[in-house]
Amino acid sequence: MTSDLRELYQEVILDHNRTPSNFRALEGAAYRAEGYNPLCGDKIQVFLQLDGDRVEEVTFQGAGCAISQASASLMTEAVLGKTVSEARLLFEQFQELVTSETQTPDTDEGLGKLNVFAGVREYPMRVKCATLAWHTLKAALKDSAEPVSTE
Amino acid sequence: MSAVKNDASSSAAPIPPFDVARWRRDFPALEQRVHGHPLVYLDNAATTQKPQAVIDAVVRYYREDCSNVHRGVHQLSQRSTLAFEAARERVRAFLGAHHTEEVIFVRGATEGINLVARSFLGPRLQEGDEVLVTAMEHHANIVPWQLVCEEKGAQLAVIPMNDRGEISLDEAEALISPRTKLVAAVHVSNALGTINPVKGLVDAAHQRGIPVLLDGAQAAPHLELDVAALDCEFYVFSGHKVFGPTGIGVLYGKRELLEAMPPYQGGGDMIRSVSFEKTEFNVPPHRFEAGTPNIAGTIGLAAALDYLSGIGLGAVAAYESELLHYATEQLLGVPGVRLIGTAKEKASVASFVIEGVHAHDVGTILDQQGIAVRVGHHCAQPVMDRFGVTSTVRASVSFYNTHDEIDALIGGLEEVLEIFRP
Ligand SMILES: Cc1ncc(COP(=O)(O)O)c(C=O)c1O
Repeated sequence: MTSDLRELYQEVILDHNRTPSNFRALEGAAYRAEGYNPLCGDKIQVFLQLDGDRVEEVTFQGAGCAISQASASLMTEAVLGKTVSEARLLFEQFQELVTSETQTPDTDEGLGKLNVFAGVREYPMRVKCATLAWHTLKAALKDSAEPVSTE
Repeated sequence: MSAVKNDASSSAAPIPPFDVARWRRDFPALEQRVHGHPLVYLDNAATTQKPQAVIDAVVRYYREDCSNVHRGVHQLSQRSTLAFEAARERVRAFLGAHHTEEVIFVRGATEGINLVARSFLGPRLQEGDEVLVTAMEHHANIVPWQLVCEEKGAQLAVIPMNDRGEISLDEAEALISPRTKLVAAVHVSNALGTINPVKGLVDAAHQRGIPVLLDGAQAAPHLELDVAALDCEFYVFSGHKVFGPTGIGVLYGKRELLEAMPPYQGGGDMIRSVSFEKTEFNVPPHRFEAGTPNIAGTIGLAAALDYLSGIGLGAVAAYESELLHYATEQLLGVPGVRLIGTAKEKASVASFVIEGVHAHDVGTILDQQGIAVRVGHHCAQPVMDRFGVTSTVRASVSFYNTHDEIDALIGGLEEVLEIFRP
């Protein structure tokens, strides 16, 4: 495997693709949204339950590439227990991580495990795969009825 | 392993071997390396590479003959007008049409279909009417009809396909009804590679007096065409898929139909006389070519068709068919590969999924090895739904592809499996 590909398809990503965390519908979830990537036809649903301002439960469902599935899975792990504004901040940091121009970025301590997605920046066509779940989460937080799209 | 075409056992005169190395040299883009690997370009159904002859023709127009057409008495305008109209004649010959004025230059297959939807179908369509399409249409042969249907309260009817991606003429005939106002069918499917029995479809529609449009976007680069023999009312294709430039395409229409059709867009060149009270429209094809056309595009397209005819579509089709056969056999040897589209009659396209691996990931890993394929729904979402997938990997061959490139594709897929099946 080329080293570039190894950067992208890290073991953590492949593992979460094979056995994603929190991969299920959440019956009676107060917040939910659907995300869609028209480029590849991937669809994802994010379900969210808040306890006051805190993410009490978050799950997802859908089909997609390894990057989008692993990103959704790790996202649910990362935002669980966070406040809504902390989750929003995490999204901003994550977006920065996968799009920043610098060659060898400092990994962001606040991102923890999510740093495995740093390799995505070398693949501009794949940034949308990595951020689809996050865009959908953001929409769920807005309680938007409209399906979001990465376009 | 592979069916060799010039088999000594055949009694006919031996066909000279197809000299793919020679043709490859005509395509400068094929010489490059991508991510450190020689480019393996297997995305020909999306667009084809351009031979030097086409690049030269476009450059020559801009360097030497650049001027508008049909508007000047000066030398340059005369040259470009002659080249532009010669291109129309070139296309006529390529299509086997009876008359040069049956060839309308448009931006591509998409615009050709929209033109027919607006200028031909729209005025005839009434509430409750139907447009009959196949289950394997590109969105370009679905959405333009839906747009006019919605306005008129009409709808689409769909000829189903079997698990191999084939339609049956019996089912098609059964779906033709007094409400059917047009049959619009893809000649060769971009998502599956199926070659449809279009002659039978035209005959079936004509028995009920129904006109037929054929979407030849994927047929033109691979099959010998004869629209007069097919007897279809309309035929469309795109220049960029037959080794010509982007932004140029062709709508063929039967002369008597074109003459009766209102214009598609208004502007210069499409009129005979204009006053503020009344405009008299020009005759076809000019009636449908408002404004300054893509002159360089038509000249490039003519060069592309010259080039293709120089090789011979018969030889191209035979070589490609053997190459596709080889690709199919090799793909079936890769663990977990399922082919989507296994029609008996196919051209160019091997569409497949790999169990447990998303097409998008396959595309990225292949790209890292210099291999260009298309991944996604190929603008044919109903086809994906029919086969229960959201996307496929599509390798589409052209006459400049080699057996070594198919081997590279298979090697690339082994790399995919190595990453995903540790
Ligand atoms: C079968 C088919 N029809 C129509 C089109 C549309 O062609 P264009 O985008 O060049 O107008 C395509 C292109 O992908 C196609 O494959």
